[in-house]
Amino acid sequence: MRKFWVAALVTLAPLYAENIVIQNATIMTVTKGTLQGSVVIKDGKIAEVGEKVMMPQNATIIDAAGQYVIPSIIDCHSHIAVDGNINEGSVAVSSMVNIKDVINPEDIAIYRALAGGVTTANILHGSANPIGGQTIVLKMRWGKDAQGMIFEGAVPGIKFALGENPKRPGNPPFSRGIRPTVPARYPATRMGVEDTIREALNEAKAYKAEWDEYAAKVARGEHPIPPRKDLKLEPLKEVLEGKRYVHAHCYREDEILMLLRVADDYGFKIRTLQHVLEGYKVAAEIAASGTGASTFSDWYAFKIEANDAIPYNAAIMQKKGVLVSLNSDDAELMRHLNTEAAKAMKYGGVSETDALAMVTINPARQLGIDNRVGSIEVGKDADLAIYDKDPLSDYAKVEKVLIDGRVYFDRESDLSGRPAKALEKQKLIDKEKQSRPRPSGGRRPIG
Amino acid sequence: MRKLVAALLLPWAWAIAENPRTLAIRNAKIVTVSGPVVNKGTVVVRNGLIEAVGENAPIPAGAWTIDGEGMTIYPGLIDSLSTVGIPSLAPAAGRGGRGQAAASPTPATTPATAVAPAAPPAKGPEDRPATTSWVLAADEIDPSDRRIESVRSAGFTTAVTFPARGIFGGQGSIIDLVSAERAGEMVVVPAVGQYLAVSRGGTAFGGFGAGFPNALMGYIAYIRQVYLDAEHYKLVKEAYARDPRGMERPEYDRALEGVLESKRILLPANRLVEMDRMLRFAAELKQPVILYGMREAYRAEAAPLLKKYGSPVLVSLHWSEPPRDPDPEAERTMRSLEDVDQGPAAPSLLQKAGVPFALYSDGLDQPRDLQRAVKKAIDAGLARQDAIRALTLSPAEIYGVADRMGSIAVGKIANLVVTKGDLFYDHTQIEMIFVDGKQYKPAAEQPADGGRGANEEPGVSQ
Repeated sequence: MRKFWVAALVTLAPLYAENIVIQNATIMTVTKGTLQGSVVIKDGKIAEVGEKVMMPQNATIIDAAGQYVIPSIIDCHSHIAVDGNINEGSVAVSSMVNIKDVINPEDIAIYRALAGGVTTANILHGSANPIGGQTIVLKMRWGKDAQGMIFEGAVPGIKFALGENPKRPGNPPFSRGIRPTVPARYPATRMGVEDTIREALNEAKAYKAEWDEYAAKVARGEHPIPPRKDLKLEPLKEVLEGKRYVHAHCYREDEILMLLRVADDYGFKIRTLQHVLEGYKVAAEIAASGTGASTFSDWYAFKIEANDAIPYNAAIMQKKGVLVSLNSDDAELMRHLNTEAAKAMKYGGVSETDALAMVTINPARQLGIDNRVGSIEVGKDADLAIYDKDPLSDYAKVEKVLIDGRVYFDRESDLSGRPAKALEKQKLIDKEKQSRPRPSGGRRPIG
Repeated sequence: MRKLVAALLLPWAWAIAENPRTLAIRNAKIVTVSGPVVNKGTVVVRNGLIEAVGENAPIPAGAWTIDGEGMTIYPGLIDSLSTVGIPSLAPAAGRGGRGQAAASPTPATTPATAVAPAAPPAKGPEDRPATTSWVLAADEIDPSDRRIESVRSAGFTTAVTFPARGIFGGQGSIIDLVSAERAGEMVVVPAVGQYLAVSRGGTAFGGFGAGFPNALMGYIAYIRQVYLDAEHYKLVKEAYARDPRGMERPEYDRALEGVLESKRILLPANRLVEMDRMLRFAAELKQPVILYGMREAYRAEAAPLLKKYGSPVLVSLHWSEPPRDPDPEAERTMRSLEDVDQGPAAPSLLQKAGVPFALYSDGLDQPRDLQRAVKKAIDAGLARQDAIRALTLSPAEIYGVADRMGSIAVGKIANLVVTKGDLFYDHTQIEMIFVDGKQYKPAAEQPADGGRGANEEPGVSQ
C-alpha cells in the first residue's frame, strides 16, 4: 500500500509542480536582450518572459526588485562530482572508461558550484591520455542520486588530449637519476600523440567495418555470430559516426592544427578545443573547421606550453567567428565564472551580452543542449541564477539558483540554516568525546 | 570424486577420532533460530549431524552425554565473508580498518594488494589484470591456518572464505572450521560466488601495480568488458559445440570460464553512492549480487534502495570509529561523525525494512571484540534474536545452504556454540564449540599485542 502511494505521488508530481513568478527583476536573457519584468515558470519550464506577464494561479512569487536574473551558468570543462581518479592514466587510449560510471552526487563541490550560479557542467576525464575516457553532462541537482544528476538527452562526449600531459607518462621521472620510478608509457612526444590518436582511429574504423558487415549479413537474413564488443573501440566508432562529441585538451597552435587535420582525415569534427590558449593564433582555421573553443580568461603560464597565452584570447577568437566559451577546469574557479566572463569585457572589449554568452548560451551550443538551456526563452528549462547586482560585477553575489524550476540554492536559507547545522555537528562531536575514554571495537598493537 | 575421498577417509577418521560419534547435550536452553526457543531440552548429535532436538528428545544408548545445565546452545556462527583458511590472505595486524578510513570524507575501497602475486603491469583489459576468477577457495585451504582456531574460539563454526585478491579474486567456498588433516574435510560447498573488488585509485600509477586499471572507472570498465567477453565466449563456444566443422576453434580462456561458472558476484559498497552504483552495475551485468561493506547503510535512503533491488547484503561488524591521533587542525566531516554515531544502527534499520542481511566479522576474531561489535548493533535497536539470525540462518539463506546449516534442526550439520550466559553480552563465556559434531574448547584469548584485532578486510576498508 505504501508503495502504491509513493508511486502515485511520483507520477502525479508534475501536475502539482510549483508555478513560480520571478518579478521586478532585470532579466538578461542573453539571446533576446535585457529587460525589466518577470519570468513565469510552469512545470519546470520558462512559460513567459516580459515586462507584463499573465500571473498563473497559486504561483510562488520571488520578488527580485533590484536584482538580476540570468540563464544559469554552464561550465564546459569540469572534473567535480567524480569518485576516484579522473585519469585512467595506465593506458594511452582509455576510451573504455566512462565518467557516467563514477558520478558522485554527494561531492560538496556540486553545491558550491550551485552557489556560484552554475547549474550545468561538462564532466570530463583527465588529460593523461591522447584519447581519454567518456564524458557526461550533469545538472547540479544537489540531493538527487547519480542518475538524477545526468542531463538527460545530452550528447555524450569523449576526452582527447594533446601536448605535455599525454606525453608525460612517456617521460617518467627518474629516481636518483638512474631508473624511472614507473615504467614508461608510449607516447613520449607530440608526434607520438598524433600517432596514438591515428592508430586508435584506424582500429575503430576496422571495428566499425566489422560491425557494418555483421549488420549487412543480418539484413540479408543470415545468422552470423556477432563480433566481440570492444568497450575501447565502441565510443571511437561513435565518434566516427558523429554520435559522440570530441572535447580535446590542447594549448599550442601546432597541435591544434594537427588535430583539426586528423579529424578531417577521418571525417569527423572536433566539437570543442579545450583550453586552447594559443587559439588566437589560429582562430581563422578553428572558425573555418566549425570547431568550438572553450578557454580560460587569464589563467596561464602554469607550464611551458601555457606560456604564450594572452587574456585577449577569448575576444580574438570570438571576433574571428569561433564559438567561444569560458570554463573553469577547477572546483574553485567554477564558483565565479561570471567574473571570468567579465574579464573578456575588460581585455577584449566584448559586449556585456557577448561576455555573458561565453558562460551560458555558447557552452550550451558547444554541448548541443542549447534547445534546453543557456538563455531565458519560453519553452526552455527554468535553469536560472538570480544575482543581487549586475552579474558581471566583482561585487555580485548569487541569491538564488533554480534548476527545472526548483530552487536548489538560496543564499538566505543557507546562511540562516548554518547555526542549526553547527549545533547538530557539535552535539555529535561532544557525544564522541564522551565515549572516547573507552575505545571499543578492534584492538591494535601499540606503537 | 568427493564421495570417493570421503569414503576413503571415513574409516581413517573413525580410527583417530577423539570425539564420540554420538553425543547428547541435555538440560540446556536451545536457541534453534529456525524454530521456537526450547527452554530446557536436549540436542542429540550423531555422525556430525543433528539427530534430534527438543524438550524430550531421546538420548540414544551409548551416547556421550553432556549436562548443559545453565548453558545455552546456539547454531554455530557463520562468518559470511572471510579469508580464513587461506593463510597468505591473512590481513596484517594493526593496519587501518574501516574505522580509521572514516576519518576521510570519502574513504576508498581497496583490496588487499600486499599479497598479490607480482605480474607484469597490464596494458589493457586483454591482459586480464588481477584476475584469478577460476581459483576456488576450497583448493587453497590450508588446514594449518592458525586463524581457524582463533575464529572458531569466537563462536564461528563456518566461514564463507574467499580468495580475496585482485579484481576477480576467485570463487568463495563454505568451510566448516574443523581441525582437519586435509582441506577437503572442511569444505561444505566448494563454489558459492565470485569475489570482486575495486579500488578508487590514487596516484597516476596507483591501483594494483603499475598497470591497467588504476582509476575506479577503469575497474568498472574492466569488469564490464570481462562480462561482455564472457557472453561472447559462451556464444562462440556453443556454436562450435553444435557444429565444429569449418569453424575456427575458439581459444580456451580460463578467466572467462571462471566468470561463467560463478553463481553470483560479491561487490563492495560502503557509501550510499556505492550501493546505488553497484546495484545498478550488477543489474546491468545481469548477475545476482551480494553487496558487502555497508558502512552507510544507516542512512535513511539506504534501506529503501536495497529493498528495491532485493539483493542481500553483508554488513561489516567493523563499525566506524573516530580517527586515532587525528590531526588537530583537521575538521571532521558531518558524515564521518554520523558514521561513528549511527553506523551500528544499520542492522536494525535493514531488519525493519525487510532487507536480507548478514553480519560479517571483517577481521574481528577475538571473542570479546566480536561480542562488543554485535552488542553495539543490539544497543542501536537490533533485537537479540535478529542479531543471532544475522550470524547463523541469514547467511545460510543468502548462500543457499539453509538446508544443511544455520539453525538447530534435525538433519542439519551439527555446528553448535554452547555458552554460559546469552550470546553477545559483555561477559558471555563460550564453553564449547561443535563443528561437524566435533567438540572444541575455545582457545585462551590472545594477548593484545599478538591478536590481529581490527584490521582491514579485503575490498572494504581504507
